[in-house]
Amino acid sequence: MHPALSVILLTTLIGAGQGLFLALVTGQVYAAIRLIAPQGTEFYAGGSALALGLLLAGLGASFFHLGRPERAWRAASMWRTSWLSREVIVLPATMAMVFLYSFWHWLGWTQPLFVIGEGGLPVDATLIFGLVGTVLSFALYVCTAMIYTSVKFLEEWASPYTIANFILLGLASGFMLAAAYAAWLGIGLVAFFGTWAVIFTLLGLVTRGAALLRNANLKHRSSLQTAIGVRHRVIEQRSQGFTAGSFNTREFFHHRSPEFFTRMRLVFLVLVFPVPVLLILLSYALASTTLPVVAFAAQYAGLLVERWYFFAEAKHPQNLYYQSVA
Amino acid sequence: MTQLALVIDLNVCVGCHACVTSCKQWNTSGWAGPMVDENPYGADPTGTFFNRVQTFEVGHYPTTETVHFPKSCLHCEDPPCVPVCPTGASYKREDNGVVLVDYDKCIGCKYCAWACPYGVRELDAQQKVMKKCTLCIDRITDQTLPEAERQPACVLACPTNARLYGDVHDPDSEVSVAIRERGGYALMPEWGTRPANHYLPRRKTRMHVSAEELQRADNPLTKEDLTVYTGEETLDDVTW
Repeated sequence: MHPALSVILLTTLIGAGQGLFLALVTGQVYAAIRLIAPQGTEFYAGGSALALGLLLAGLGASFFHLGRPERAWRAASMWRTSWLSREVIVLPATMAMVFLYSFWHWLGWTQPLFVIGEGGLPVDATLIFGLVGTVLSFALYVCTAMIYTSVKFLEEWASPYTIANFILLGLASGFMLAAAYAAWLGIGLVAFFGTWAVIFTLLGLVTRGAALLRNANLKHRSSLQTAIGVRHRVIEQRSQGFTAGSFNTREFFHHRSPEFFTRMRLVFLVLVFPVPVLLILLSYALASTTLPVVAFAAQYAGLLVERWYFFAEAKHPQNLYYQSVA
Repeated sequence: MTQLALVIDLNVCVGCHACVTSCKQWNTSGWAGPMVDENPYGADPTGTFFNRVQTFEVGHYPTTETVHFPKSCLHCEDPPCVPVCPTGASYKREDNGVVLVDYDKCIGCKYCAWACPYGVRELDAQQKVMKKCTLCIDRITDQTLPEAERQPACVLACPTNARLYGDVHDPDSEVSVAIRERGGYALMPEWGTRPANHYLPRRKTRMHVSAEELQRADNPLTKEDLTVYTGEETLDDVTW
């Protein structure tokens, strides 16, 4: 497939935004049950505002993918059948919850509404927004991934690995950003967020690696034989019906050399997995406030390449009809 | 239920592209138009087409065969492009099974084109909405046209009658009989899209004569025949 920049930005930005929000809620829950030091409301307000910014940026990027962005509101109508439509509904719902979470923290409306258990978990409005937002964030990961997973003849995508990768790589980049945010503010939660970021990054390496292995050994079900229905081992296209370009020749191929393609795989495998993990470990050893920021930047850049590769890797069966110009 | 469709006879298609040009002419000026061309006389022309004729060569020289292969929307009975559409712009007509796009609802997200394994949907470069073969819905449903003309433009244009049009759900229609009796097949059956359009295979006019048809192997009299033959007529020659 042709990797569209708008979709690459959309999926990586909202992935990191959801992950950052989930990281903040995780931190708040840990603090509420006194496993880590409690933070001021401005930490959560600022962090979730950053998450909201990422979600907004992703949403903005997605509009550039549309031919008719002014009609985008219509995309919410077919949620019964279309995962894209479901994403269009869940994304603003998540953003609304992130906004409420941030706004309530900013206003300091964090007085406990009730307490669960004897001297246990105090529940305030932000925690409720956080938990609803957590459910929505995971739903959004699934919706985004299912857009690709559900197209069954794009066999590189049609696997549970796609869902696992969208969730784990989103969480990794989000927790990495949380670590960077904490380091930037000089708050002692870098190790907490950083540890989770490393865990999700390593889990992501397992599932992304498994997806790469699976796709390397993939035998496509469609062939030129099934495409034109002629049973012969030797079929060669002599003409695709036109000598110039068309939507069919532009949209479904990455138009790069095989060398470039394999180099991109190496780039993302280095940038997404070992580099940020080593930088986070190094920042822990050096107590650095800037290295976690660099770690996030490296991982996010790597994820842009990862997403490019994800699209470029998928071989659309329609390309069987466009093998030779004339 | 009616399912209108095309049956394309690869045995008689000569690859003349008359269906391509007639499709473009009719649809660019009709309900589904315009079908935008960009840079038509320049170095890198591009444009929207609902129908293409491709050419494939089967086998090694000298035993090769050229297959001209017209390709347009197959109006699948289980179209994968319809459920993925987030706006409902992509739909399948209940009354005749034609798969269409409502240009006023389409947001141009291209998801339906991704979800079509046959690559028969094209985003119009200027209108920025998805376009595809309509089976000339504005012709075939136009009651003011004489009945003989209520057919897709490509069918009317085909000089070799390689394109048959009709209801594939009616078992006695010309298209159903052709599919049933002339080996009609669907493209990429592995995806379960159940294309309504079918293709008729290339055929050879050959007589298959097996040895058993020349030499009777099961003559019951040979069981009882005790003669030792030395070149004269046998029972097979006289009791055929």
